[in-house]
Amino acid sequence: MKKLGIDVGSTTLKCAVMDESGALIFARYLRHLSKIDECLKDMLGQVLSEYPGESFELAISGSAGMGLAESMGLPFVQEVYAERVAVKRLAPDTDVVIELGGEDAKILFLTGGFEMRMNGTCAGGTGAFIDQMAALMQVPTEEMDSLAARHEKLYTIASRCGVFAKSDVQPLLNQGARKEDIAVSIFYAVVNQTIAGLAQGREIKGNILYLGGPLTYIPQLRAAFDDVLGAKGACPENSLYYVAMGAAWAGSAEPIDVPQLLDKLANRGSGKGYTSCTPLFTSEEEYAAFCERHRKASEGIREVYEPADEMYLGIDAGSTTVKLVLADREGNVFRPLYTPNNGNPVPIVRSYLQQLYSDCPDIKILGSAVTGYGEEIIRNAFRVGTGVVETVAHYTAAKKFCPDVDFILDIGGQDIKCFQIRGGAIDSIYLNEACSSGCGSFLQTFAGALGYSSAEFARLGLYAKKPVDLGSRCTVFMNSSVKQAQKDGAAVEDIAAGLSISVVKNALYKVIRCASAESLGKNIVVQGGTFLNDSVLRAFEQEIGANVIRPAFAPLMGAYGAALYAMDHGASDAKEALLGPKELSDFTHKVTTATCHGCGNNCSLTINDFGGGRRFIAGNRCDRPVKGDNIKEHYDLYKYKQQLLGELMSDIQDPQKKTIGIPMGLNNYELLPFWHAFFKELGFNVMVSPFSTRRIYLSGQHTIPSDTACYPAKLMHGHLEYLLQQQPDAIFYPNMSYNTEEGLGVNHFNCPVVAYYPQLLKLNTADFKGIAFIDDFMSLADKKQFTGRISKILPGYFPELKKGQIKAAADKAYSALAGYFEKVRAKADEFMKIAEEKDMPVIVLAGRPYHVDPEINHGIDTLICRLGAVVITEDSLSSRIAPFAVDVRNQWTYHARLYAAAKYIAQLPKTSRINLVQLVSFGCGVDAITTDEVRSILESAGKLYTQIKIDEISNMGAITIRLRSLFSAAKDKEKSA
Amino acid sequence: MRVEFTKKMKEEYTIIAPDIFPTHMELFEAAFRLYGFNMVAVHYDGKKVIDTGLKYLHNDVCYPAICSLGQQLYALSCGDFDPEKSALIMFQTGGGCRASNYIMLLRKALKNMGMENVPVISVSFTGLEKNSGFKITPAMALTALRCLIYGDMLLLLKNQTLPYEINKGDTRRVVDKWVKEISAQFARKEGLTSRSMKKNLAAMAKDFHDIPREKKDLIKVGIVGEIYVKYAALGNNGLEDFLLSQGCEYMIPGTLGFFQYCFANMEKDHEYYGGGIGALLGGRLAGRISEKWEEAILEALEPYPEFVPPVSFDKVKELADRVIDRGVKMGEGWLLPGETAELIEKGYSNVICAQPFGCLPNHIVGKGTIHRLRELYPNANIFPVDYDAGASKVNQENRIKLMLAIAREQEGRQ
Repeated sequence: MKKLGIDVGSTTLKCAVMDESGALIFARYLRHLSKIDECLKDMLGQVLSEYPGESFELAISGSAGMGLAESMGLPFVQEVYAERVAVKRLAPDTDVVIELGGEDAKILFLTGGFEMRMNGTCAGGTGAFIDQMAALMQVPTEEMDSLAARHEKLYTIASRCGVFAKSDVQPLLNQGARKEDIAVSIFYAVVNQTIAGLAQGREIKGNILYLGGPLTYIPQLRAAFDDVLGAKGACPENSLYYVAMGAAWAGSAEPIDVPQLLDKLANRGSGKGYTSCTPLFTSEEEYAAFCERHRKASEGIREVYEPADEMYLGIDAGSTTVKLVLADREGNVFRPLYTPNNGNPVPIVRSYLQQLYSDCPDIKILGSAVTGYGEEIIRNAFRVGTGVVETVAHYTAAKKFCPDVDFILDIGGQDIKCFQIRGGAIDSIYLNEACSSGCGSFLQTFAGALGYSSAEFARLGLYAKKPVDLGSRCTVFMNSSVKQAQKDGAAVEDIAAGLSISVVKNALYKVIRCASAESLGKNIVVQGGTFLNDSVLRAFEQEIGANVIRPAFAPLMGAYGAALYAMDHGASDAKEALLGPKELSDFTHKVTTATCHGCGNNCSLTINDFGGGRRFIAGNRCDRPVKGDNIKEHYDLYKYKQQLLGELMSDIQDPQKKTIGIPMGLNNYELLPFWHAFFKELGFNVMVSPFSTRRIYLSGQHTIPSDTACYPAKLMHGHLEYLLQQQPDAIFYPNMSYNTEEGLGVNHFNCPVVAYYPQLLKLNTADFKGIAFIDDFMSLADKKQFTGRISKILPGYFPELKKGQIKAAADKAYSALAGYFEKVRAKADEFMKIAEEKDMPVIVLAGRPYHVDPEINHGIDTLICRLGAVVITEDSLSSRIAPFAVDVRNQWTYHARLYAAAKYIAQLPKTSRINLVQLVSFGCGVDAITTDEVRSILESAGKLYTQIKIDEISNMGAITIRLRSLFSAAKDKEKSA
Repeated sequence: MRVEFTKKMKEEYTIIAPDIFPTHMELFEAAFRLYGFNMVAVHYDGKKVIDTGLKYLHNDVCYPAICSLGQQLYALSCGDFDPEKSALIMFQTGGGCRASNYIMLLRKALKNMGMENVPVISVSFTGLEKNSGFKITPAMALTALRCLIYGDMLLLLKNQTLPYEINKGDTRRVVDKWVKEISAQFARKEGLTSRSMKKNLAAMAKDFHDIPREKKDLIKVGIVGEIYVKYAALGNNGLEDFLLSQGCEYMIPGTLGFFQYCFANMEKDHEYYGGGIGALLGGRLAGRISEKWEEAILEALEPYPEFVPPVSFDKVKELADRVIDRGVKMGEGWLLPGETAELIEKGYSNVICAQPFGCLPNHIVGKGTIHRLRELYPNANIFPVDYDAGASKVNQENRIKLMLAIAREQEGRQ
């Protein structure tokens, strides 16, 4: 009897028929666009016409096949298992299988201890991820391969989930990086994601088999895998059908013919039902009234069709779109343009201006301003008068529609921006973190995946009877939730409405984290392209239970605000006028790439040349490539700490002495002075791994067991790898449940990750090459206790050490640590004094000691200095504060410093120019507690709170906006004080 | 200022507890009643609970907090309980993981809800916060521990009977009968001595033994993980029901182990970090008592070899020592790999490690120990499964199906 295997994946449906000898005689696949029943019917029809009247032994497999099999009463074979069955039969020499599917990534280790791995909840899609990135780049997925083949250089793109990568790719596009280079970088991101997420300590070697759609169709992706793995993998014949074939072989079923199958399919229940939300509109009258109310909100501001005498140009070069508008003195709007940026805003602005000059040759543009991600490049390219921070631009625009506005929510293509206005100044700012950017482009992606345009999709949901409740999580999770809802019988209308509701919930509960509608404000203005979608607007009003104002030009508000801003400030600021018609016709735009060798960072630079001597360089972390060595002095306590620690890290090794290796990360960023002094005194060489780099991270990536741990922790694997290669006599990295005791809280714990990462390294490192790994448990909190305990531990490794020696070393170590703290605090005093003298703002860049690592902080300290501020640390302030009560359990030493630093700032007079910026590593569970508390300490004293989330890669564009908004808000506050 | 739970409140207030352990909570209610407290464990479930949690708590906080605190906050907001006459209760270990903050998170949430007058009672070994109306006497602590024993026994017997029962519903009936019986005994101030406990345990074992069962070869699955998600159906998307539907028998080690683990850590702390002798002795004493009770369970099970008994806690320690240093004491710490090893050695070698997404201690003691456990037990089939408000049930079940497919293959091979 013939065997029939059906593989229902997340995006495609595959069908395989094998004859009695096991030969594949029929193989087809279809993109199912989540209309699984219809596609299956179609597919079975094809089988029927090919083999009329035949019965099959059949099994279903695939990530979307489980529910289908269940409801049809057919056998289901788990897809990874099915794949393994097929590999065993068709390619028995295989050691490792790597399979990428629509949304799944899998690695199967077949030899040397069989293991199967598949991506968990966070790793995100792979095929779908490439699709998303292609959509972002505005190229068909099929072209990605040929683009990548022509690449010249590689960019680093985050390899965690699609959303992160997106925020890396967008700035690259905006900076004008070549699509060829981005395409190949995306493939390398997929490779790193697969290895980091799934290898979990096992090396991928031997005969490697590549399976699944993306690896079948994209040779460059295979090449990227080959390159990173240092091996040559094979992509076998029928690589798309392994799961379908394996399912057929593994399942043992009653024979069934196609008409019976079609019957079962037609009769299957539409699922178990799903949880739904309130419908958006129940009648057309309701919708009409809603539309009328919103139309009225914009009465008084018209669109005009002839320019007035004086015009002001506003440009908003956003993440996925470009908005341009001209405004007259009354604020009327002329020639609004809202268009996708196709990855490069420059030609759009250019043709807009060309058209404008040719249609209105006499137009007088008195001022111009630009805002958004592309601010710098547009400003340089077209000599735009001023740059304005997005938040300020939006506030300026919102005020025009609602002078008393106290809350603005802007949901754009990729960002959510919310800010509260208090006393006429921007007060709290919330920007979405890289992990929750479920916004405009998210809806767009889903609309596309389901085969609709954005506008169609928006209308679809208006009258949905039972909108799906999809929760408020990020895109990657949402894919699975949508799948499940479809399985449970949700119609496309219900999904469209459900997605709109989820966008709103995401903004309210993930980004703003509001507890009630009243806490938002009384006069709420919503804007941004996403709010043009009436479903989203309605969902928002329903969720907060209040009416809001949506200006008619909702997506243009950034540009409109910029134009108004130019009207107020532009004319005086602008030294030179906007490019005129003549210059515009000579305009060129050439992009080249280079690597800056100004310092050890080796930044990848993108150099945009616009002709006429106008250039714009992006990708630099400092001003050196732009301004040469002629840069202002920075007062940066992070740099000072790096310098102090750096001195201890570069010891000359005496071959006569034994060597202790210390991995430079986590708590060693603070304890290095201690251990360095301690082991020096005992007569050892101290060998410290260097400051982290991307390369160090990658070298240890394969031993990371839990990919969702924070980046600072994951870096430790690379540091250990580094030390193991240097062959010291022992590596010293103790476990420490407790930190040093500074008396600020009720306990002095380390967080679980800092406390026990040494254990984790020990358990997950296959080979210590005979080097002792000293990871005993100890605490430095009590000197006497420590001395006693270390005196018991160390002679176990080095019998020659005497008790007295150890005690003396401990004395030295404690005073070295105290000395280090003293130096840091003294330097902070000095910097704060300088700030006062020079009237510079001070930013307390508050995090953990390990945030000093340049690979972890991505140079944010330098960025702040470049923006003209002095940077100090939380631990340089915390000792100035007596213990005080907080609303959380104050039990971690590092975190207690955050509260104390916040308190210190809270106590300063209103005129003080000291503000706090909290650095939060992605995945830091403890910071879910600390961030709210630090915020409330600051805000209860009327101070600003700013949080920056950082991970492997960070979106410096978003961070810059945040910091500039902070400086602008702080300035407003100073003025009003 | 913290709102104290006063003596007057003791008389008038309902104390709302989350539903954290499967069969234990009703016993706790009875035990509290005995000491004059009107405590109710609320069993709300579904989206409304999760939504309440997400609304009033930081979204990135652990999923167990979203679920269990969400239940309590929902109880207050849905109208079933009068916020003027209700208090909340939460157990705290005071350890280094962020779960120590649940009490503070509850208070913050209450403030957001405009219910800051609702007192929150913190129950912990160290008794950090004082409440004039809520004092835990040694007798009360002992009764609470007895509830754990009774509940664990019922859990163990239920899990080993339910998949095999011939008459649907028998097992559930016996569980319910015993919950009622023990509660009634408590009301009569009975069932509180070691002697009566032994009697009860023996009778329980007999009752389950008497349930008609069929002999079936089921896949044996062990469940370990974070203490909330491994027990609570709300936290693990109905994991137990799913496993039953897939033809599995599952074992979840009892709750007593977690408390023994906490006691044992007091000893280890003394060795590693010094400190007062008080905690050391207290930990030892509590350890001794629970050891005795552990024996009571073993004794009661002895006549019925068809039931796989729990191993002694000393054995769990020994097994943990082979995997990880017992200084790892935050969250479930070394207990998690210890229990994993225990389950594997008992033949429950397909182990689901249920953990909240992004759980800090679980990076170390969950995913971090699997490599080592596989070295020790090459045939072990250990699967971490993440639970989270946004994670989809389909993905979780698909993962578990993979584990089961491998399990079936391995059994076929033997």
